[in-house]
Amino acid sequence: MTDTALASPVTQAHELDSPARRARRRLFKRKAAVFGLVVIVAFILLAVLAPIVVPYDPIATSWSLVRKPPTAAHWFGTDELGRDILSRVVYGARASLLAGLISVAIALGIGVPLGLLAGYRGGFIDALISRITDAMLACPFLILAIALAAFLGPSLGNAMIAIGISATPIFIRLTRGQVLSVKAEDYIEAARALGNPPWRIACSHILPNILPSLLVQATLSIAAAIIAEAALSFLGLGQQPPAPSWGSMLNAAQRFLTQAPWMAVWPGLAIFLVVLSLNLLGDGLRDALDPRQR
Amino acid sequence: MSVSPLIEIRDLRIRFHGDDGRITYAVDSVDLSVANGATLGLVGESGCGKSVTSLAIMGLLPKQSAEISGAIRFDDFDLLKTPDQTLRDLRGNRLAMIFQEPMTSLNPSLTIGDQIIETILRHRGGSRRNARERAIELLRRVHIPSPERRIDEYPHKLSGGMRQRVMIAMALACDPRLLIADEPTTALDVTLQAQILELMRELKAASGAAIILITHDLGVVAEVCDEVAVMYAGEIVERAPVDELFSAPQHPYTVGLLGSIPRLDHRAEQLATIEGMVPNMAQPPAGCRFAARCPFVLDACIKAPPPLIETSPGHLSRCIRAPLERLVS
Repeated sequence: MTDTALASPVTQAHELDSPARRARRRLFKRKAAVFGLVVIVAFILLAVLAPIVVPYDPIATSWSLVRKPPTAAHWFGTDELGRDILSRVVYGARASLLAGLISVAIALGIGVPLGLLAGYRGGFIDALISRITDAMLACPFLILAIALAAFLGPSLGNAMIAIGISATPIFIRLTRGQVLSVKAEDYIEAARALGNPPWRIACSHILPNILPSLLVQATLSIAAAIIAEAALSFLGLGQQPPAPSWGSMLNAAQRFLTQAPWMAVWPGLAIFLVVLSLNLLGDGLRDALDPRQR
Repeated sequence: MSVSPLIEIRDLRIRFHGDDGRITYAVDSVDLSVANGATLGLVGESGCGKSVTSLAIMGLLPKQSAEISGAIRFDDFDLLKTPDQTLRDLRGNRLAMIFQEPMTSLNPSLTIGDQIIETILRHRGGSRRNARERAIELLRRVHIPSPERRIDEYPHKLSGGMRQRVMIAMALACDPRLLIADEPTTALDVTLQAQILELMRELKAASGAAIILITHDLGVVAEVCDEVAVMYAGEIVERAPVDELFSAPQHPYTVGLLGSIPRLDHRAEQLATIEGMVPNMAQPPAGCRFAARCPFVLDACIKAPPPLIETSPGHLSRCIRAPLERLVS
């Protein structure tokens, strides 16, 4: 018996251990991060499959069902126009998640190239980009987003652009700082000694090494962008009625807070869960990708 | 040596302008040449300008702070006047460099194969498949076991000696004419040092490349070099064929260096040292830079900088008291 056990072939788990694979293994050891990941995946599935999973049309009104508390037919209750809150929360996930993803994609798309340029080239270009970044960071994130959204006009698309631009300076500054520290590494000098042109060193030698910090920041920024989108929608600058969004649902609910608290509880809970999960995932990623813990 | 050398450095001077406006004289009137297939050892203590000289050859000194004058002729190029674009085509191709720290000179987020293949594609072009085959061949040449599998590994899975072999394979990727090795064995333990030196000798024999070997280890120099240049405080103080330098050194600094090698057959309470400190290179002394530490110093040494004089054919020393034999006896 023992002989056969000893003779069994050794599994080749560590055959090709890339940095990404090792980080994944460490991420899955963290319960909080796994919880965050599961909740986010569940919300994404709900948002994608919204037309199939919701029991009612999210914008169909019914005068006989105005502000009904949760029942077996309407699990989350109904709002002031008799619309099913469960259906609206599920459809609202589309607006919120999309706003989080797209605005962070905008911020990454503008911020990372500018940060690479500033950090790698240095000199006047660096000074120019950095001072503009400082000026933008001097304005509170939400105030900047509100001002831009008001300037662009109220719509979900414009809210995403406004949030994206407001989040850009964080990425410029992060990228620039990371580039400055990676640029001093011996392997960058070695890459120069092998005749690589500057753009190539920036994109294929520096960028892969700063990706982990960008990934962590992007995760945390998606959470902030979702809150910002909710805030803009609450103020009427985001998703326009009758299309549902968690922020505008809260806005409608505040007038009926004492008579119909369920109207506020569900969208509030949804925002809370998604943002909490993203933050847990972000923290988990940060720990899993930390090079000091090798 | 009388045929036109592969690389010829004439009167190289490098000054660094610090942020506070102070000027550091890192390298002063250095003349060097290396013939095809020869190995030159560049020896000296930390901060004497050996690495700065090699970085100047590679064109890797920061343009904002380094002021370089003189001439570095390599093939038909004057490297100091060559535009960046052309220099980039030379680097990694005909001019290659092996760095001191194998642990940090490989990019941790790319596989070693990616890093070698990139260099081959950059300078030689061709298909990725061919470049990959050449990379495997290179890894085999530097004696990495099962290169077909190793090529897809990340640097953190390799030991220091393995990584230095990969660095050498990268440097050799495009069959360089000149290979600069900046202390290639310093970060390795002694048994590995011997293996890497053996490897370099073997590769030199196979490729016929010229090598500039930068080191502060005289044992390494004796092992692999044909000619030696000793640097002190930014100047070349002695240049000689390797046997002659060890048998009849003609500069007091070289004598001191040779004397300070610990030996197994002598029991000593204290290691032999050269008394004193390296001069501050922000204000180099007017006369001989070694004067303050030299046992044979004269008034004339402190007054004017000594010229580089030929004490015997091919043997140069920057000491007005050379030849030194008559002083000792």
